[in-house]
Amino acid sequence: MKNVDHSQTILQLDKVCFSYTSEEVIKDVSLAIHKGDYVGIIGPNGGGKSTLLKLMLGILKPNNGSVRLFGKDLDDFKDWSIIGYVPQKNYIEMNLPITVKELVSMGRYGKRGLFRFPNKEDEQKTLQALKHVDILEYKDKQVSDLSGGQRQRAFIARALAAEPEIIFLDEPTVGVDIKTQKQFYELLRKLNQELELTLVLVSHELDVVAHESSELGYINRTLEYYGEPEEFLKGKYFHELIGKGGVHH
Amino acid sequence: MLELFKYGFMIRGFEAGIIIAIIAPLIGIFLVLRRYSLIADTLSHVSLAGVAIGLLLKVNPLITAIIAAVLSSIAIERLRISKKIFGESALSIFLSGSLALAVVLISFSRGFGVDLFSYLFGSITTVKQTDVYIIGTLGLLVAATIITFYKELLYVTVDEEAAKVNGIPTKFINILLIVLAALTVSLSIPIVGVLLIAALIVIPVVSALQLKTSFIKTILIAEVISIFAVISGIIISFYLNLSPGGTIVLTTISIFVLILMLKR
Repeated sequence: MKNVDHSQTILQLDKVCFSYTSEEVIKDVSLAIHKGDYVGIIGPNGGGKSTLLKLMLGILKPNNGSVRLFGKDLDDFKDWSIIGYVPQKNYIEMNLPITVKELVSMGRYGKRGLFRFPNKEDEQKTLQALKHVDILEYKDKQVSDLSGGQRQRAFIARALAAEPEIIFLDEPTVGVDIKTQKQFYELLRKLNQELELTLVLVSHELDVVAHESSELGYINRTLEYYGEPEEFLKGKYFHELIGKGGVHH
Repeated sequence: MLELFKYGFMIRGFEAGIIIAIIAPLIGIFLVLRRYSLIADTLSHVSLAGVAIGLLLKVNPLITAIIAAVLSSIAIERLRISKKIFGESALSIFLSGSLALAVVLISFSRGFGVDLFSYLFGSITTVKQTDVYIIGTLGLLVAATIITFYKELLYVTVDEEAAKVNGIPTKFINILLIVLAALTVSLSIPIVGVLLIAALIVIPVVSALQLKTSFIKTILIAEVISIFAVISGIIISFYLNLSPGGTIVLTTISIFVLILMLKR
């Protein structure tokens, strides 16, 4: 399972602190994500999982500390088109008049750049991304007509269309049934192993994430654990947290 | 039918009307889907203050309306970003503030001796040739800008956060959208007037949305509805001696109701 090339650090957080108001929601978080990692970030509700993800993506700016993507400070990082982002399900207004293909082709827009119209290559990459996640047959359907699982795949396809190095996923399986959830994690495994994509997954599903990911981070304001999932599960952290009732699973 | 085109003012009305019919849904779709419909209303009231300033300074009111709307649109967007006040409150302040300013300016100069009615509800018979040139040039500019930034506007409308992550300059696109809205609104004054512009921007788009199709087809359908409504509205108003602005808006509403009934 581990063929992680630790020579390339993709994302590095150094003593990152963040607060919306006066109270810190993220405190002194440091971690490094390497090429090929499949990182699961778990933690209680309100523990700062999604905030951490937004800090990694530059949607929020840290009050203190630094976030570096591909060795560059976020302010200097320019190559945003190689960053895939799958937002929380239901985050998108679902009665928008867009087809699956229109949604997925948006993944190419950042890459194409201003003043350039999408071309044949974009079309081809869009179709390829749809194929990768097995929803090519739904390309002309309205996004609003898809099932929860298909919709989630469409958002993955959008991220894939950008030919990303790393994909960030925010609670991707909230509200989908167990079978869909299983298929979804199979897809993520395929992306990680076959396409060698680096994945960062924020979720509250400790059990599944601990079994799927190659690195596990537990965040509850501070990063209380970061390392191998196996260690976490058998280690004292897990039992302590279960004892505190801080883990949802 | 052809007697319509014997009158210069009717030809000017058609020219200006069709340009407005083309650009209104182009900007409308982004405003409607981003829940920005009220912006069109606000900017139209700002335009009225612009018209009053123009009448006071004795310059073409269309020009001062455009300047007032564009400047205010930038101020509204900056207020919205600063998060000092709620977005909607910012709109309310501008809406009533500019209406107040317009009323004060108009009363200040004893009504300017002009028909205020024509600015409130549009009056194609008073469209001057210069107005057609201004509407044509800026209308073309608005349409070309929307086509150029179509993919960015679409991405920001659907998913602003992901667009930002993917390197789309979202702040620039947001300000661009509101400035284009300001231009569209102020250019529409001679045709549908301050009080009816929002309808022309919103209703064809909302009608097309009922048909639940792709984004690009939704725009095309809204275009057809809008152009049809403007042309037939002008023709009907000519023969029945009605207000063109009001007739155009009522035509769009009839189409909307028709689509709703057919969809049931």
